[in-house]
Amino acid sequence: MARLLFLGRLEDIAGAAEMHLPLPAPTPLAEVIARLPDDLAAAVSAPRIRLAVNGVLCVFPEPIIAVADELAFLPPVSGG
Amino acid sequence: MDVRLADSGLNPAAELAAFSAAHGAAGGIVSFLGQVRAEGGVEALELRHFAPLTLPGMTALAEQAQERWSLAGLLIIHRVGVVRPAEPIVLVAAAARHRRDAFAAVDFAMDHLKSDSWFWKREKIAGEWRWIEPRVQDHVDRERWRGE
Repeated sequence: MARLLFLGRLEDIAGAAEMHLPLPAPTPLAEVIARLPDDLAAAVSAPRIRLAVNGVLCVFPEPIIAVADELAFLPPVSGG
Repeated sequence: MDVRLADSGLNPAAELAAFSAAHGAAGGIVSFLGQVRAEGGVEALELRHFAPLTLPGMTALAEQAQERWSLAGLLIIHRVGVVRPAEPIVLVAAAARHRRDAFAAVDFAMDHLKSDSWFWKREKIAGEWRWIEPRVQDHVDRERWRGE
């Protein structure tokens, strides 16, 4: 079961701060996102959204998501 | 170097007293205290963070400041959770032999905390929570430090 975390305003669009998604096998990120509701899929695909996989910022655009990975979608920060 | 997140009350006076005591030999201490503005009907502010990135990012920022200026000590404490108007959000203090190093290090740390650190802020006005969007000015402030 992959664990998806939605930070900042993405939480409002997702309706929850986290979501669990069963993945039968390692899955490309684009396919994981395609399984989300349309508005949420569009929001997490916006150009300034960063992704952290298991707490590490993702530098390559198309990671393969393992079945138990934690994915955090990080919108632009809004100041300390 | 002392870098922390505080999930409940932050007592700036006590923190600064301890920091001063720990750096009694430094020539000067500069501090900045950021607090929630009491204006615009804001009832509360909530600071969210992402644990795997937020504190490590703040620690890396403090290390950069220490490499860049000659400091005896550096303190960064940032609140997370719900903060009320007039309550402290962030305390940054630098101790140095010479004051300019301390002023610059605190200014640098604040500009980067505002623009680069992993915090998301929302405010409560008239009972409704609303996420705060990034401010262009925060990025302009950070850009001042590039290429210097």
